[in-house]
Amino acid sequence: MSERGVTLLSACISNGSFSCPQHWACPPAEMCDQTFLAITFGPCDCCSDTKPLMNIYLKNEPVNYCSLCVERMACQGLQPNETLATLKMESETLKTKLEEERAKLHDVELHQVAERVEALGQFVMKTRRTLKGHGNKVLCMDWCKDKRRIVSSSQDGKVIVWDAFTTNKEHAVTMPCTWVMACAYAPSGCAVACGGLDNKCSVYPLSLDKNENLAAKKKSVAMHTNYLSACSFTNSDMQILTSSGDGTCALWDVESGQLLQSFHGHSADVLCLDLAPSETGNTFVSGGCDKKANVWDMRSGQCIQSFETHESDINSVRYYPSGDAFASGSDDATCRLYDLRADREVAIYSKESIIFGASSVDFSLSGRLLFGGYNDYTINVWDVLKGTRVSILFGHENRVSTLRVSPDGTAFCSGSWDHTLRIWA
Amino acid sequence: MGVPIRTVKSFLSKIPSVVTGTEIIQWLLKNLSIDDPAEAIHLGSLIAAQGYIFPISDHVLTLKDDGTFYRFQAPYFWPSNCWEPENTDYAIYLCKRTMQNKARLELADFEAENLARLQRAFARKWEFIFMQAEAQVKIDRKKDKTERKILDSQERAFWDVHRPVPGCVNTTEMDIRKCRREKNPQKVKKSVYGVTDDTPTHSPVHMPSQPIRKATKEDVQKEISFLNTQLDRHCMKMSKVADSLMSYTEQFMDYDPFISMPEPSNPWISEDTIFWDLEASKDPSQQRVKKWGFSLDEALKDPAGRDQFLKFLESEFSSENLRFWLAVQDLKRRPLQDVPRRAQEIWQEFLAEGAPSSINLDSHSYERTSQNLKDPGRYSFEDAQEHIFKLMKSDSYARFLRSNAYQDLLLARKKPESEQGRRTSLEKFTRSVGKSLTGKRLTGLMQSS
Repeated sequence: MSERGVTLLSACISNGSFSCPQHWACPPAEMCDQTFLAITFGPCDCCSDTKPLMNIYLKNEPVNYCSLCVERMACQGLQPNETLATLKMESETLKTKLEEERAKLHDVELHQVAERVEALGQFVMKTRRTLKGHGNKVLCMDWCKDKRRIVSSSQDGKVIVWDAFTTNKEHAVTMPCTWVMACAYAPSGCAVACGGLDNKCSVYPLSLDKNENLAAKKKSVAMHTNYLSACSFTNSDMQILTSSGDGTCALWDVESGQLLQSFHGHSADVLCLDLAPSETGNTFVSGGCDKKANVWDMRSGQCIQSFETHESDINSVRYYPSGDAFASGSDDATCRLYDLRADREVAIYSKESIIFGASSVDFSLSGRLLFGGYNDYTINVWDVLKGTRVSILFGHENRVSTLRVSPDGTAFCSGSWDHTLRIWA
Repeated sequence: MGVPIRTVKSFLSKIPSVVTGTEIIQWLLKNLSIDDPAEAIHLGSLIAAQGYIFPISDHVLTLKDDGTFYRFQAPYFWPSNCWEPENTDYAIYLCKRTMQNKARLELADFEAENLARLQRAFARKWEFIFMQAEAQVKIDRKKDKTERKILDSQERAFWDVHRPVPGCVNTTEMDIRKCRREKNPQKVKKSVYGVTDDTPTHSPVHMPSQPIRKATKEDVQKEISFLNTQLDRHCMKMSKVADSLMSYTEQFMDYDPFISMPEPSNPWISEDTIFWDLEASKDPSQQRVKKWGFSLDEALKDPAGRDQFLKFLESEFSSENLRFWLAVQDLKRRPLQDVPRRAQEIWQEFLAEGAPSSINLDSHSYERTSQNLKDPGRYSFEDAQEHIFKLMKSDSYARFLRSNAYQDLLLARKKPESEQGRRTSLEKFTRSVGKSLTGKRLTGLMQSS
């Protein structure tokens, strides 16, 4: 036993909080040796690990604790003087323990099991449409449920609604701020939401009358204390989920602008979010500059799961179509897959030759393909199960900043700092 | 093993410290395990555009797979030093170039234009700029000729990154979300030549940076309780997870347009919207109907599936469960102010004493729900909804999949012949009664049906 352990034990004995049955009268060092001899081996009454145990008495009840739990319990007596340091130590111990526990279930790698899956054939993916019209970097885009319309936003404050199939612009709004980093299409197709450096999320109803000034009907819904990084309607036009540079996410009632729920837990800017695809689910995932991806319960505002394996900012998160897993894209030039049931990272998508960050990711309809837009102007297509790259798509002349697959999976759209959007199929 | 850097003899002079484009490409292919030269060229061009290597005879920073000569940039000028050089420096640099009578230092057109613009902008401080330029020229003259060649080219490459040729990508542009948290915000280098500039900064970069929140005791205590909850969580083995992911993907691969070509065609490729028209039509395809059988979630996701399931339940007089589930889904999508009223309506319709569409809840969920209704909210019926969903999944959903209605759609079965025949002959009969009434004909028809 460590020297510290000895000191703690003797401190606790004098406190009377527990007593060693045979050796209470002995000086600490001797007692320690004797107690050590009385050790049994088995499951700890506190943490259930099978370890060498100490037979001690807690409030006159005999218990068998492993030395780690004895120390921890002994420290509890020191609660009023608990320092940040001891708490941090406890936290680190728990993290290590958690990692050990999870590692026990890691009996195989996903790509190993996927060896028995048939390899995908050669892919021919081309740009089928190029949407030109933005005067500056395209920062974000979203699809309409009708599978052909999209909304896009750019650095110069312009938000444009296109019929991507015909490449016609249908609506255009100029926001009062620059860097409109977030935009979303309402499920009904009758409105769009957007925001950025104005720290707000505003909803614009789309009028059938092309001449009508959309800006007049603007509705301010969300208010953050820093830039708006992402926004998404839930299953209805009536609620919006937002994430912000102020480190929080929030759920808002569109009609009243009221805050329904806020989500605290990130320790730095939150850059992205995605709602779980299930009809019955009430969860969403967010990624931030603290390298963490958090899964939240929308009802309670609690963080229910957290993943921290990336080495840099997480720019994009997207659920796997079944809702049991999600992918992330990061400045560390990798994309990763995390499974919620295993509660850990299950795959990394990276290559030595990819040294620029991934800005945006999305799955194909079956979840077999993961499309990643990168800061090196390319789009890499990954085989999700096998972990290999299937294709690399060139075309954009500057960073790819946003990428989404269409609602029926027939195409995906990429937006870039080269001022254009491309539809690929 | 790096790339071979050498001095090349050219006409009457030597070109120091260069490497060819091809050599760089070969190195990239080999050391980064790249298969496709196009990829290596693309990556190499980006490295050049960022300013780490540069062509010695071109302002445009790309990499070519040929004998063109490139040089490595000096670490002093690397972008990783967070340079934000001011226009004063650029003015000094361009001015300096015009002072030396060397062909290789002649200004390109865009540089001459830039210089003219700067002269107008800095008209007042031009004397100062001129003096700085002169001083630099004096210092440069003292340097070794070869060294100067190299340094001059590196300096030029630096400015090609920060003041690129019009039409080229400016790789120093930053994502505004990341700007504030530059690793060394105080150490952003502003002047290449050590000149302090009092003009206000032009860069959009300097937003007040958020101090990184340090973890407090409460934060760590929260973390500890979170970790303890995670430790109690029952997790799935990787092998099971892998099987699950694989089987899900396999099931949906037929529906994935990137993997299985949609029938009759992908609208984006064929320019024909027929695929979308068919999906929107009243009759769902067999493939779509098949998806409803994957899970209750899939059936309810598809409006046509939902309708069919509802119809089936109505035929069994047990539609209240699904109607309750749908009503609660709708409740969650309402504006906040509608919620209390709507919640009460749902209670009255499905759960209250003597409710017209009474659903079967276990007493525990019932108690909880009635408690929730005291302060009605969007999630008041969550427990009840979950319970009902499980019930439908295990009971009526399974029966739905076995039902004739579903099977007919799945197998695209036509209506049975006799039924059809009977109906048509009855129509014929009614019509012919109107036309002519001969007893013989009547008996004849009656007999056949």
